[in-house]
Amino acid sequence: METLKAQKKDSEKDTVMRISGAEAIIHCLLAEGVDLIYGYPGGAIMPVYDELYKFQDKLTHILTRHEQGATHAAQGYARVSGKVGVAMATSGPGATNLVTGLADAQIDSTPMVCITGQVPRHLLGSDAFQETDIVGISTPVTKWNYQVTKASEIPEIMAKAFYIARSGRPGPVLIDITKNAQFDELDFTYEKCKGVRSYKPVPEPDLKAIEEAAELINNAKKPFIVFGQGVILGEAEEELKALVEKAGIPAAWTILGLSAMDTAHPLNVGMVGMHGNYGPNVLTNECDLLIAIGMRFDDRVTGSLDTYAKQAKVIHFEIDPAEINKNVKADVAVLGNARQTLDLLLPLVNKNEHAAWKAEFDKKYQIEYDTVIKNDITPTKDGLTMGEVIEQINISSEHKAVIVTDVGQHQMIACRYAKFKQSKSNITSGGLGTMGFALPAAIGAKMGAMNREVVAVIGDGGYQMTIQELGVIFQHKVPVKIVVLNNDHLGMVRQWQELFFESRYASTVMVNPDFVKIAEGYHIKSRRVSVRSELKDAVAEMIASKDSYFLEVKVEKEDNVFPMIPSGASVSDIRLK
Amino acid sequence: MEKQWYTISVYSENNVGLLNRISGIFLKRHINIESLNVSKSEIDNVSKFTIVVVAPEESVRKIVGQIEKQVEVIKAYYHTDDETIYQESALFKISSDLLFDERQIQNIIKESNSQIVTVARDFFVLAKTGRRHEIDEMHDAFEPYGIMQFVRSGRIAVSKAAMPITSILAEFQNQ
Ligand SMILES: Cc1ncc(C[n+]2csc(CCOP(=O)(O)OP(=O)(O)O)c2C)c(N)n1
Ligand SMILES: [Mg+2]
Repeated sequence: METLKAQKKDSEKDTVMRISGAEAIIHCLLAEGVDLIYGYPGGAIMPVYDELYKFQDKLTHILTRHEQGATHAAQGYARVSGKVGVAMATSGPGATNLVTGLADAQIDSTPMVCITGQVPRHLLGSDAFQETDIVGISTPVTKWNYQVTKASEIPEIMAKAFYIARSGRPGPVLIDITKNAQFDELDFTYEKCKGVRSYKPVPEPDLKAIEEAAELINNAKKPFIVFGQGVILGEAEEELKALVEKAGIPAAWTILGLSAMDTAHPLNVGMVGMHGNYGPNVLTNECDLLIAIGMRFDDRVTGSLDTYAKQAKVIHFEIDPAEINKNVKADVAVLGNARQTLDLLLPLVNKNEHAAWKAEFDKKYQIEYDTVIKNDITPTKDGLTMGEVIEQINISSEHKAVIVTDVGQHQMIACRYAKFKQSKSNITSGGLGTMGFALPAAIGAKMGAMNREVVAVIGDGGYQMTIQELGVIFQHKVPVKIVVLNNDHLGMVRQWQELFFESRYASTVMVNPDFVKIAEGYHIKSRRVSVRSELKDAVAEMIASKDSYFLEVKVEKEDNVFPMIPSGASVSDIRLK
Repeated sequence: MEKQWYTISVYSENNVGLLNRISGIFLKRHINIESLNVSKSEIDNVSKFTIVVVAPEESVRKIVGQIEKQVEVIKAYYHTDDETIYQESALFKISSDLLFDERQIQNIIKESNSQIVTVARDFFVLAKTGRRHEIDEMHDAFEPYGIMQFVRSGRIAVSKAAMPITSILAEFQNQ
């Protein structure tokens, strides 16, 4: 008996460690496979930073220049790698600076865990220095959040945080940890979370619904697929392609669905939405079957719901039951992970071709090409267009780059014209439209896929919202390529002012600094281009560079992005000019 | 769509932050909560929120979907008044003088089917359980004589049909 007990004690020693809460946090991160986090220190999180110092050979911490940058970097990392991004901040202002990134990750379903320090438990509620109710503040913008006040809670809560962030429809989780819980000791063991009883991340596929979907697809004359990020998050790219090819269905992507399919695929008919392609938008209202896969019918996609695809039957493949019938009523709802449900659907679908129907997309493309695309990509006017810059990036990078965009005209142009060969290559702030997203997100994307070319395309406005993150690129030699499409305006807002506010340019004209000098201040190779004759060479030089590179392109100041569905109008009323 | 009374029943883990999360869902959509009650449920360690709203079914359905999506929510249901058995309760604090001065008061007490909870020198307290209109009628009857304090609880309700939480939890256990 005695010896048995002693033996047991010995073996327990391997798994149970008596350590501080702060150290436990590091062990939790390591156990979850995290080797890179972004953050910013401060009083309430200092015990954890002290452990980060000790563990720096196992866990790299990147000091961003603002906590918002940490969240977007974590998002960029997550979206390119499919792993959970991690950001860390101190209490009070550190924590509140995370809010924009949390909201962005929440609406774009990005897996992220944010850890914040908090004042010691005994000071909670006393308006202590840098106390803020970050759990209360972040509730509407997190998938889950929790305040840890005891060291012993740390392993279980951290395991739950990662599980919730990455499972089902992913999203951001915030864990707020009081300083006493970081200092106090606990008996540490770690077990990964395998389930939470009140939470069902992936609904069971319903075979009957899948059969109904197959029947609708087999009987449709003009079927049309619109797919979104659910395909990427569910890793259903191959299944989607197989369905498209077998049933011969034209397929369009939403802005977050970009790159889930090869741009050059003959059945890829482009992008739906406000500045999407003419064909897929107009033909949404002519198809007889709309097959929505992993998308949520955002208003920027549907325009006026009263006139959206009313003639069509709708099948909705979706992981989140709350999305069914939220905006568009589905005749058949197929709940589940897209990879699983498409895989079940595939054998039930007949081989088919819809050549005449596909030809209508080609016809519409020709119209769009003649009125819009030609002038965007191969302009004959003097001023440089954003479109021709994107086209040069396509050519130089051979369609292999990860394209990270900010928010505005340059974003729409980049998403319209960038060409992709590989999934997880488009990183943009879609749902929230967060200016300032791209520079830090590109840093995260590069660090999440070091072997890939990462090009950030940013407007002169948004660039100045997180420009300080150039410091990270400099300090850590992150070889991202930065293209600022400088129109000296808050271009997208100016466009709306021109179209809907009789050209009253209220606060959209910007006097900009010398961006090249700023980049030089950070010792980043840089160049400015204002004439067409230099563009090709400059882009090629940028892509060829082994190091980070900053390219400013002076583009036309008052160009507009077309096509455009004016907000609240029908997809049929998309304007070509 | 036509507005109607709905009772939303939410079964959840006990969690401090969940009330904030749930009320935020209503706030975001400008749906007013008529009443809210949080209590334990028939299952150990499972809480029950009973929320009453007046809204079109379409928005109630969407709200229930959003509530159910929250990690700590096990299941949420919504029912019309016809589909539930429901009650509210109220307390009336009334001056003791009235008992002796106003003969009518005694009649109201008798007719209202209320219970006397306590009688002190200065005041007495009546408890009334029932439908909202019954409580309102009693309130109106007392009002002319003066009510020292009045409070009414949120609605509590059970559904006529089953709300099979135990089987949902069992299903999880078996996974
Ligand atoms: C944080 C934030 N503030 C304001 C806006 C509104 N907004 C959308 S696009 C835009 C203009 C962006 O200008 P710029 O970055 O120069 O890009 P451009 O449209 O000129 O390409 C603004 C102000 C926003 N999306 N995000
Ligand atoms: Mg601009």
